[in-house]
Amino acid sequence: MPERDADASGQRATRARQWRRRGADLAAVLVPTVLFALARTVDSNLLLLVTIMVYVVLAQGVNVIYGFTGYLPFGYVGFFGAGAYGTYIAVAHLGANAVEATVLGGVAAVLVAVVLIPLLRLRGAYFAIASLAAALALSSLVSNPALTSVTNGPYGADLSKVFSAGGSYWMAVVIVAVAMLAVVVLRRSRLGLQLRAVRADQVSAGYAGVNVVAARTGAWLLSALLAGLAGGVYAWSISVFYPTAVFDTTISLFAIVFALFGGVGTVLGPVVGAVVLYYVYNAIGVSDPQYFQLIFGVVIVIIALFLPGGLAAVLVGARRRLALRGGDVR
Amino acid sequence: MVLYALIAGVLIGLFYGFAALGLSLAFGVLRVVNIAHGDVIVLGSYLAYELSTQAHINPLFAIPIAVPLAVAIGMVFYRFVAPSLGRSKDPEMLSLILFFGVSQVIEALATIGFSVNQDTLLTGPVGNASVQIFGQSFPNYYPVAAAVAVPGALLVMFYLYRSRLGLATRALMSSRADAMLSGIDVGRTSALSFGIALALAASAGALSIYVNGGVSPSQGTDLTTTAFAVVVIGGLGNPAGALAGGLVFGLAEQFAQSYEPNWAGMVPYVLLLAVMLVKPEGLLSRRVRYA
Repeated sequence: MPERDADASGQRATRARQWRRRGADLAAVLVPTVLFALARTVDSNLLLLVTIMVYVVLAQGVNVIYGFTGYLPFGYVGFFGAGAYGTYIAVAHLGANAVEATVLGGVAAVLVAVVLIPLLRLRGAYFAIASLAAALALSSLVSNPALTSVTNGPYGADLSKVFSAGGSYWMAVVIVAVAMLAVVVLRRSRLGLQLRAVRADQVSAGYAGVNVVAARTGAWLLSALLAGLAGGVYAWSISVFYPTAVFDTTISLFAIVFALFGGVGTVLGPVVGAVVLYYVYNAIGVSDPQYFQLIFGVVIVIIALFLPGGLAAVLVGARRRLALRGGDVR
Repeated sequence: MVLYALIAGVLIGLFYGFAALGLSLAFGVLRVVNIAHGDVIVLGSYLAYELSTQAHINPLFAIPIAVPLAVAIGMVFYRFVAPSLGRSKDPEMLSLILFFGVSQVIEALATIGFSVNQDTLLTGPVGNASVQIFGQSFPNYYPVAAAVAVPGALLVMFYLYRSRLGLATRALMSSRADAMLSGIDVGRTSALSFGIALALAASAGALSIYVNGGVSPSQGTDLTTTAFAVVVIGGLGNPAGALAGGLVFGLAEQFAQSYEPNWAGMVPYVLLLAVMLVKPEGLLSRRVRYA
């Protein structure tokens, strides 16, 4: 029966496509994780590697909230700082070990995000600037001399009693794996589909039965968790830090630009963006930050004016053009 | 102390209102949030600083120099970016990212040109004598800032409510499509509005160098946040609202500094969040907010 044959071959093709997709997902999680785990054999500067991993995670966090909901968080650093200080408080006041403290840093960021859920009522620029104001208020709260007994106020946090260069490195690798897994699962999950629907058309998605508020809140909390874990592991690896260092708005800026440069809404774009741009920053930005900032600014303007999809869109576009030239019209 | 905070709050508040006018105008007309607003203020401050230290001219002369320059630059810039913004599915978000980049470029160039350190003018706008108001002593830049801000804001209102171009601008604010249908040159009016918005920001810079105790390249973000807070408090899109928002903001800040200096740093942010969440159309505006 030719019809059944066509059916069976169609099913085979579908199944093959499913397996290819699963393989790609698995690779997207494993390849960056394994590469970062091996990176220490190539580059012995562990703090640099941890910082890059921290930015990979932050860029993925921006990807989750901006790429999937269209909410641009200028104050994303607030969660990072909350994670760093959550970790400090867990070690200094709760007697937690470093791994537990890092996880509690993530929890602290989620708690802050819960408090800030009402911000999601705002949209566009209102949300972006409100989130910045919230981060600045949180920074001002943490560094307040009146709270010295809890956060040590403006005098900085000291985690040197749990310092472990190797320990924080492996923790960062684990968190990168968590972030990659989170984005891959989110993309394939029901929640991811709902978020894409909401982003495309909020009203229609609502009519189709999507709980718009719940879906957005989910993405918000997930992205806060990632930033909090990143802040926690960063605090652990540098061990002594001041509020101004972990609430520096440059951190939001970096995370957003890395994500936009690589391409938001994709799985690997933010990773590539973070690794490439942070290495550039490390090469020229540390000694001459203003020239790096200039390049950064120009990159943002070019992305905004000419490449809204980032690097990923350029690559996909190029592949499509090549495919067309080869006669494989899809 | 109450009287001091009250007078200082009003004088500085008027300055804040003036400093936020450009942001309000650009948003009202173009639906564009100019994240680089604060950085343009910083550039105005540097112009005032250079005039004072290099040419030994009163820094307030930065205003008449900056206005035509800023209008010209603003108009050209708007013409350059308008096609990309027009093509976009989400122009508001795109403009946010675009001006975010512009703000980084300006801050980087200011750092390259003037170093990261803060520059301060040692002499006030009219000598160093302090001024007595109701028995309270103020540095003379307090009343000077207010004396520049009020006529500046009145000029903007005269332009908007008493001139032909202002009528066209207000038409654009209420409906872009209707304005186009009634034969208004939307492109030119928008470009001019953007130029005026930048000119207002740069003019505020000549005062900001005093009010903020100096100028440094990294001030821009804080200035943008403050201006945004003022505009949101007053209600977007009308100049009187911006001035009123400035007053509320200035008074809140001065009273907090007088009574709770430890917590004063949080006031602008908390005020901004509170207004956005409780009454997003602004405390003083009855009009519904777009965006």
